[in-house]
Amino acid sequence: MSVQETIFTSELAARFDKLVTIYPLRRSALVPMLLYAQDEKGYLSDEVITEIAQRIGITELDTRNVISYYSLLRTQPAGRYHVQVCTNISCMLRGANEIFDHCKKTLGIGNKQTTPDGMFSLEEVECIGACSWGPAAQVNYDYYENLTPEELDKVLEKCRASVVQEGKGSQA
Amino acid sequence: MADVTFTVDGKQITAPTGTLLIDACRKVGIEIPAFCYYPGLSLQAACRMCLVRIEKIPKLQTACTTPVAEGMIVATETDEIKQARKAMLELVLGNHPLDCPVCDAGGECELQDMTFKYGAAESFHTEMKQHREEQQWSPVVYFDRPRCILCYRCVRVCGEGMDVWALGVQNRGVTSIIAPNKEDHLECEECGACIDICPVGALTSGAYRYKTRPWEMNHVATICTHCGDGCKTTLGLRSVDDGVEIIRGDNRDKSGINGDFLCIKGRYSFDFANHKDRLTKPLVRRPDGNLAPATWEEALDYAGKRLAEVRDTRGGASIGVIGSNRTTNEENYLLQKFARKVLGTNNIDHHRTADYTSFARALAGHQDRAASLRDAGTAPAILLIGNDPTQQHPMLAWNLRTNVRLNRARLYVANHAEIKLLRQARASLAIPQDGYAGLIGYLAGDDSALAGTESSAAFREVIRKEENLLILFGSEYRGRDIDALVNFGLGLPNAKFACLSDYNNSRGAADMGLMPDLLPGYQPVASPAQFADEYGNLPQTGGLDLIAMFDAASRGELGALYVVGSNPVSRYNIAPGALKDTFLVVQDMFLTETAVLADVVLPAANLYEKTGTVTNTYGDLQLVKKAADKAGVRSDFELIVRLADRMGANPKELVSYGIGMRADLGQSRGVQSGESDRHAVWLAANHLEPKLSPFDPFAILDEIQRLVPDYQVDRLALLAGNDERTVPPLVHIDNASSKTRSDGVLPAQDTLFTSGTLGRYSSILDEVMESRETKSAGAAATTSLDVST
Amino acid sequence: MANLVSHPDVVPLLSMRFGKGASALDRYLELEGYQSARKALEMGPEWIISEMKASGLRGRGGAGFPTGMKWSFVPKQSEKPKYVLVNGDESEPGTCKDRLIFEHDPHSVIEGTIIAGLAISAKMGFIYLRGEYRYLLKIIERAIEDAYAKGFLGKNIFGSGRDFDIVSHTGAGAYEVGEESALMESLEGKRGIPRIRPPFPAVVGLYGGPTVINNAETIATVPHVLRIGSAEYAKLGSERNGGTRLFCLSGHVQRPGVYELPMGYNLKKMIYEVAGGIPGGKQLKAVVPGGSSTPVLLPSEIDIGMDFDQVAKAGSMLGSGGVVVLDESVCMVEFALRTIKFYQHESCGWCIPCREGTDWLKKTLTRFHSGGGVNKDIDNIKYLAENMLGKTFCPLGDAAAMPTIAFIKKFRKEFEDHLDGKPCPYAHTAESVLV
Ligand SMILES: Cc1cc2nc3c(=O)[nH]c(=O)nc-3n(C[C@H](O)[C@H](O)[C@H](O)COP(=O)(O)O)c2cc1C
Ligand code: SF4
Ligand code: FES
Repeated sequence: MSVQETIFTSELAARFDKLVTIYPLRRSALVPMLLYAQDEKGYLSDEVITEIAQRIGITELDTRNVISYYSLLRTQPAGRYHVQVCTNISCMLRGANEIFDHCKKTLGIGNKQTTPDGMFSLEEVECIGACSWGPAAQVNYDYYENLTPEELDKVLEKCRASVVQEGKGSQA
Repeated sequence: MADVTFTVDGKQITAPTGTLLIDACRKVGIEIPAFCYYPGLSLQAACRMCLVRIEKIPKLQTACTTPVAEGMIVATETDEIKQARKAMLELVLGNHPLDCPVCDAGGECELQDMTFKYGAAESFHTEMKQHREEQQWSPVVYFDRPRCILCYRCVRVCGEGMDVWALGVQNRGVTSIIAPNKEDHLECEECGACIDICPVGALTSGAYRYKTRPWEMNHVATICTHCGDGCKTTLGLRSVDDGVEIIRGDNRDKSGINGDFLCIKGRYSFDFANHKDRLTKPLVRRPDGNLAPATWEEALDYAGKRLAEVRDTRGGASIGVIGSNRTTNEENYLLQKFARKVLGTNNIDHHRTADYTSFARALAGHQDRAASLRDAGTAPAILLIGNDPTQQHPMLAWNLRTNVRLNRARLYVANHAEIKLLRQARASLAIPQDGYAGLIGYLAGDDSALAGTESSAAFREVIRKEENLLILFGSEYRGRDIDALVNFGLGLPNAKFACLSDYNNSRGAADMGLMPDLLPGYQPVASPAQFADEYGNLPQTGGLDLIAMFDAASRGELGALYVVGSNPVSRYNIAPGALKDTFLVVQDMFLTETAVLADVVLPAANLYEKTGTVTNTYGDLQLVKKAADKAGVRSDFELIVRLADRMGANPKELVSYGIGMRADLGQSRGVQSGESDRHAVWLAANHLEPKLSPFDPFAILDEIQRLVPDYQVDRLALLAGNDERTVPPLVHIDNASSKTRSDGVLPAQDTLFTSGTLGRYSSILDEVMESRETKSAGAAATTSLDVST
Repeated sequence: MANLVSHPDVVPLLSMRFGKGASALDRYLELEGYQSARKALEMGPEWIISEMKASGLRGRGGAGFPTGMKWSFVPKQSEKPKYVLVNGDESEPGTCKDRLIFEHDPHSVIEGTIIAGLAISAKMGFIYLRGEYRYLLKIIERAIEDAYAKGFLGKNIFGSGRDFDIVSHTGAGAYEVGEESALMESLEGKRGIPRIRPPFPAVVGLYGGPTVINNAETIATVPHVLRIGSAEYAKLGSERNGGTRLFCLSGHVQRPGVYELPMGYNLKKMIYEVAGGIPGGKQLKAVVPGGSSTPVLLPSEIDIGMDFDQVAKAGSMLGSGGVVVLDESVCMVEFALRTIKFYQHESCGWCIPCREGTDWLKKTLTRFHSGGGVNKDIDNIKYLAENMLGKTFCPLGDAAAMPTIAFIKKFRKEFEDHLDGKPCPYAHTAESVLV
């Protein structure tokens, strides 16, 4: 079940080679693998699914069944910065809806949409485990807490700036 | 297993330990509703319809996952439970389109039935239901998403049952959906089990959808015409201008040898009957050399006259007869009787796909060693040598998989090819294509017989330790190899055998003596015994086999040839010129490669259009019942009788009808379908079967049962639609008579999607093959009609 | 990152290393780390289990099952390997405590896992983190590496001759996989659909082997129990509820945060003293005591000790320790809707009542909240929830039904005020609501 020609970077491919060996069952590596592949490729394309199914030794159907179950996994590209605003109860009580509305307005996009330049995508998400520090949001994997609209603007600004600066942004 | 006693709704019940509560209840008539529970498939506990109250347990429990326990006290019909069931239905109906009037499942929908019972039809939701366009997933499978209630039966029957795993569940929560393996279409074995098992109309059949309402069909249970497994199928029928048309095939009542299993051919491939090329008028070759339509009178007269002429001028030995492996036992028996008694020839044969003669000879004297198809579902261990049951014996493959899955049967596979059943095999052995004979030597202890390795030694070891081993073998074994195989097996305690052939009644053709040297029951023609008394004078020297007949024809030595339901010209690559000096009569449904050469072509009925019995490759005898009808065609049985009549024979001597029978005509008027089945049983039980006509196959069945000892099965059980065991003949077959026989065996090489000549006229099989070719270019299933022997 | 809070009533046991750099192994060792593991190795499984039983520690994942008892259910002999599974899926709204443990004290989880492994004679443990906690995964991966390097994990741990491995694992976004059997499915690379029980995980769990599954906080508590002794630990809490737990205060309080308080600590005091009361001089309207799945309490019902038994007596549940405080400005219909939206989104969809029930609740509440409600809807909502309660495949259905029933029962008038196209009567005074 080793893959001859991988579509992933050699580091990630090597990590996958190891990942399938650390569990009593090869298949256990599936979910982490999908997540890491998504981190590298931006989303789970058909090619990603084909290779991962092959690496695990399951069908593509089975792989898709699993992908579609988990809300962090996506088969369509998201923005370079994926802004995930929690609006669940604790955050809601502390103004999450306003934060989310603010995001919509400043980014000019709705829930689960991506800005035309591909820079940002926005998603209303369920509790992210920041209840005591709400309202909170995650941009990619980074947490931002005790948010106000002004704080949020700063976060978005930082994202924009880091892209300009690096020329080539890195995902968290 | 020990029994436990417990109480359900105040009733004491005893059941074996480990029985699921739902099954235990159903067995004593306490119905517990369920959508997701399906016997034999893995447990889901998803639909929550089967909730019951068990004393001392705080929450309601699912009867589908609860094993019965000693002293358990269960309530299944309290108000609380009824409310729970009603609530489940209300919840499911909330999003379920109420398009029952146009739904294929309307009238036979489990959701409808339960709503009727528990009353949840009143909707209290204001929100709109979601509508989605239905999707076509394959030529046979359509999916209507909103109707799906997510019972996961389809997913399980495809995966666990068929080992195809072409269906999955995607998304989660209320967006959960059943998904096909190729995103927008299915690539699978097209068995249609998912459609059949769907409790509602979410999965519907491309062959049946929107054709009728279930209650407008008539239903007749008969036997599938395709492979040697002989599945029982219940055909849904409707009247059309030119007869009665089959519109559906399934076996949902789980009766018969196959339960509710059918493969694509059994479920859909009855459509050849309506093919536009179907012959409905006799054809006679005119002086201008062309075949042209004729009346029955004309065609039969002509054929009868010419056959009689050849017989009377050149002798019976100058006439050949080729029978079919898809006609009934009664027709096959009648055909050989006609050949021997009326034509006076032993030149009779059929397309053989297994060497039953050698098998019968090898088993002679050993009782209870021939396996039924049912044994494949219960044997603790199975050795499968050669063949590819997934392709050639789908029902056998189902039984093997199920047996492995549910009973942990040990399946051993020895094959030269990578067959799919290796996935279920406990151990396997890859052998060279020509290594089958060697394998037996090797298993028997001859190390030099096979280039053995450590793993082959281990394989041999476990096989030789097995008790109650079921040995299955295909056409790889013929002649003396079968003796060796059987001898090896007889050395194991309680081993049983089955010899696999390819067509629906291949076994019956051999059993009924469509052989140049053997009478029915493998009785040698040289010592006809009871047949001599019955038939009068019989030719006692062996006749020509099929190949020899064509050889004789090309030498100009065959004056006439009568071919019934067979296409030897194509199958054996006969040069068209070979028959130019032979008067050829062909009975068939289509103008096959053989029929185009004929002088007279008689349009024949197929197996779904007649009554009789067939014997599957394991020797299970089953009843075939007339389901469909086509104006213009006649059964092979009738045609043989009529030809005999035209040749001057006395039909009563062929078919003993109307003698000494007390008919019960008055009382058999007006019976409804279904009732008539029971009525037939009753008539037979009281010796009142009318048999008033020379075309009544049961008159011949009487004769078969009288003359062929192994066919003396329980007639009533047979009429009731059960499969009955024939036992292999215990007569002694002269060793010499079968030494060259192996040459005559020609495997059909059918796949799941082909069925000899017949399959070519099935549009559903065509469509499936076409869609596979276009969808996965290059990986198309091919039909190979390999005729080299 | 998440800021830490304090209050004089806090009993720093679990939280004693918070903010002290203990994710570094050296620091952890300085702060009495890995002593309990050594002790456990020395004393053996029976002692560990009896200590756990005596401690009165009850699972912090939600159900409050006695931990020692759970461990004792694992058969001594087993053909299949046994496993310890740490549930760090933390997804119940209102709950954010495991996150702090992983961030500040990852070795306590590792040490607890080793001890649990010793107690049941397992050779392997898994730490499952929700996918959103990627930064924590890095921390825990690092801690595991360090522990391997020191010989605390791997072959011959602590030179004892025993082997123990730990693998950390990430989910990918699904509340339902916090449910123990769904978690095992997820860890086996499948969809997070719960399993049919029996068999229970202690007998047939991960990879078919006997498995102990505990919440991350429960596991992190284990070394402390052995460190201070079970009697000492038990004494910290209330009757049949040993020790302390991390309470996550969120919503309308002055000082939201995660506080470690003794089991049985008074809820009213927790809100008004520890968390500083309601901001802006507003009135308290309701409290959700143990994460979003627990029935809401009225202000009149909060003078209770926060342990499993007392909260149950008050008609709710201690749950995962997420105390969500609502002031008078909250529209209870909106709050109910947001709660249900979560369960609708997270239902795995396996069974009818949960899949369809959460969706109809959401649809009805959505319409209701936006002014399209009719009187019958209120009873329908209750009817829907009651029909789910106790009938679903796993407790997620109950988690959606229980709070819904409580919302209707305790705030029916507020629902009625939404009727007939009236605008959302946001900002009721407490008096007008609490009839
Ligand atoms: C829907 C659902 C979600 C759950 N989520 C979590 C969770 O995120 N974390 C957790 O520790 N337990 C969760 N649980 C409880 C677990 O099933 C299990 O009881 C717990 O991990 C056992 O650990 P404990 O005995 O230490 O409490 C959840 C239960 C249900 C029904
Ligand atoms: S779809 Fe099937 S499995 Fe699912 S609930 Fe319905 S019946 Fe049960
Ligand atoms: S409610 Fe927002 S993080 Fe928990």
